Amino acid sequence: MSMQFKTGTETVKRGMAQMQKGGVIMDVINAEQAKIAEQAGAVAVMALERVPSDIRAAGGVARMADPTIVAEVMEAVTIPVMAKARIGHIVEARILESMGVDYIDESEVLTPADEQYHLLKNEFTVPFVCGCRDLGEALRRLGEGASMLRTKGEPGTGNIVEAVRHMRKVNEQIRQVVSKSKDELMTYAKEIGAPYELLLEIKQLGKLPVVNFAAGGVATPADAALMMQLGADGVFVGSGIFKSENPEKFARAIVEATTYFDDYPRLAELSKGLGQAMKGIEISRLSDIERMQDRGW
Amino acid sequence: MSTSQHQTKKIGVLNLQGAVSEHLAALNRIENVDPIAIKDPKQLDDIDGLIIPGGESTAISRLIKQNGLIAPIKNFAKQGKAILGTCAGLVLCGKQTTHNEVELLDLLDITVERNGFGRQINSFETTLEIEAIGQAVPAVFIRAPYIASAGEGVRQLAFVDDKCVMAQQGNIVVCSFHPELTQDDQIIRYFINLC
Repeated sequence: MSMQFKTGTETVKRGMAQMQKGGVIMDVINAEQAKIAEQAGAVAVMALERVPSDIRAAGGVARMADPTIVAEVMEAVTIPVMAKARIGHIVEARILESMGVDYIDESEVLTPADEQYHLLKNEFTVPFVCGCRDLGEALRRLGEGASMLRTKGEPGTGNIVEAVRHMRKVNEQIRQVVSKSKDELMTYAKEIGAPYELLLEIKQLGKLPVVNFAAGGVATPADAALMMQLGADGVFVGSGIFKSENPEKFARAIVEATTYFDDYPRLAELSKGLGQAMKGIEISRLSDIERMQDRGW
Repeated sequence: MSTSQHQTKKIGVLNLQGAVSEHLAALNRIENVDPIAIKDPKQLDDIDGLIIPGGESTAISRLIKQNGLIAPIKNFAKQGKAILGTCAGLVLCGKQTTHNEVELLDLLDITVERNGFGRQINSFETTLEIEAIGQAVPAVFIRAPYIASAGEGVRQLAFVDDKCVMAQQGNIVVCSFHPELTQDDQIIRYFINLC
């Protein structure tokens, strides 16, 4: 009797992110870093040519990583490998999909390829994660077919303030949707630019229908634990690990802090003697053009 | 109320990483089950059965070790209490993996091929005929492992093509797929009957 196999379904794409919950996804730029991340207990790695803080420093146009690097990382580890494509860059995304990357981040860390439209992600077999600053942005991305969300934060700054702002905003708006009556939701959909049907779904579920991670500014174990307490399902760490003084120790400590985010004696213990965290940037020092979070629509 | 209380089974879900809330939600749909998230070895004394959920087996394995859970879980199994391992949970319950890349609990005599069905783009949904469970059981496979070989004492319960995706040895049940991602409770009920 022949069986039917369906790939690329919503359950399979969202399910992959559900399996990452409670975990840490780490940015890496080569096989060696990928192995350090895997050894430390990362649930996935994000293969990049440069971490966000170096992208910031380098300036110019930031694009998809050289496929050599992505392939090298895929070869080096058995955990899932993610990679970033520019916002709206259909071909970069298709190239990464063809390579068998496990998840694509349509990311504001790279220079957008389209200043009007994001990818139509539900046409792909590979699942996508997208950044959001508020519920409207989150639900526009879900409407396009994203299978996982993350806060945008402000990448490459080592400053958690924007990720906190975005996580609080999304959760505050979810509570508003739940408490509103159904006849108020169409106007609210218009106000925040969200698909009405998804607001109805959130009212019924009481939460987002996909996993939502924290990203953009996590630099210490305490930052990771803070985001978990604010309701993140897990944590992306970009520059925070390999721009710290001791990446192995930092990576292990951030993984443990994400699991035991409300065990304060344990957090105190694992935060001891880690060495210098990445040097941070005060957000108000960034000019408008340097703010990556404002990319995306 | 007093009669239902003594029939209630306490079922733990290992709460280190992965699909914990999905298993708790599935258990909540079943009558006379009290679901509990487990992080601390001491909590194992209070439960009748344990679910090791899907997630990343490398990450969960590290956390099991770090948290002193290896011996307590092995002991739990030795006492004859039931354990269900799904996906990464199957890997962790196994005796060995084909590439020896993860430290396992060795609760049943199977060798596991991790990510045996390929990468995420090959992840799939299907339905399985499982004699012990039922017909057309919905099954979601996500970067799923399969059982490459099994010892004599192991009952192989389900297959995709020629690959074994569900097995049981005494009180230990494992499956490559994710019953907690469907609304079909048959596999979870089968496990609870063993508890």
